[in-house]
Amino acid sequence: MSTPPAGPSLVYAYAATPPAPALDHVLPALTGVAGRPVDLLALTDAGHGPAAAFAVSDVPRSEWDEEALKVRFEDLDWLEETARAHHRVIEGLAAHTTVLPLRLATLYADRASALAALRHHGQALATGLARLSAHTEYGVKLYVRPAAAADPGATPPPAAGAAASKPGAGRAYLEARRAQQHARDDHYAQARTAAERIAALAAPHTADHVRHPAQSGPLTASGAGENVLNDAYLVPDAAAEAFREAVHSAVRGLSGVRLELTGPWAPYSFAAPPPPPTAAAP
Amino acid sequence: MNAPDRRAAGLPDRQVALVDLLDRLLAGGVVITGDIVLSIADIDLVRISLRALISSVATAEAPRPDEDGARHGS
Repeated sequence: MSTPPAGPSLVYAYAATPPAPALDHVLPALTGVAGRPVDLLALTDAGHGPAAAFAVSDVPRSEWDEEALKVRFEDLDWLEETARAHHRVIEGLAAHTTVLPLRLATLYADRASALAALRHHGQALATGLARLSAHTEYGVKLYVRPAAAADPGATPPPAAGAAASKPGAGRAYLEARRAQQHARDDHYAQARTAAERIAALAAPHTADHVRHPAQSGPLTASGAGENVLNDAYLVPDAAAEAFREAVHSAVRGLSGVRLELTGPWAPYSFAAPPPPPTAAAP
Repeated sequence: MNAPDRRAAGLPDRQVALVDLLDRLLAGGVVITGDIVLSIADIDLVRISLRALISSVATAEAPRPDEDGARHGS
């Protein structure tokens, strides 16, 4: 592939925001990805007033082009650093205005291209911003607590000979296993109950709902139990308190379930509208 | 640790769990077509293969080298 005939920088775009003057004071305090300053890129055309702006940083092309990113996205430390920097900017903006977050590592060849995208998508971005105004995302995660073994670890599976010589041991082991299985089933049932209660009690306070895949794998805290629900809700700010209370009440009395309520988040999970015109216009 | 009022949005050093952040940053957010260099496909954190996140670089195969605004209607 040939080197693009462009400068040494790419433009990293974090989010769309209304071009609010209030941000003039916020931006200088923000540090973006790669330690870069953040500024606002807005259309200045007369005709249609700027409906949306991008918060952007200039980043070195050599470290952010495709080749570099392919390598760097393999690096969990780099990914974390970048994700947290992206998040820091979004949070900094969200504290002052409505934010429509862009996907991590949204890059433009230069400012002219970023402006062209703003021009092309301005209306959709403005619509999205209007939809998200005065709304906040919360995460609702349910975990099934591990069922404690009746006699944890102390009862190894009896060898055939041992079972024969000590008839009680094998039966005790099986009963303990059965009890554990029961407890486990019960915890899952409680999780279902909790999920139903959340749908019944909390969801009415919300404007939208997204289900993320349940979390597992190396990034999850071990010992936290099994994550069985990983939802995000878009909540009108006026309903936030009622929503949180309803979510907490949903797990009351369910000792086999652990709730994790995360947020407030910028509306990451709700940034993408039901897909509007995507394909290139004729 | 008591969590007082976490509603201090914008508090820059509020440390969120990376896994929750990646749920949102790698699957959420608006994907705008155009000059985007990188877009990330749906991610399954169960078997995270970061390489699989990379799909393509638009600039590398930019269909039209002519300038952006020129393309606009009129």
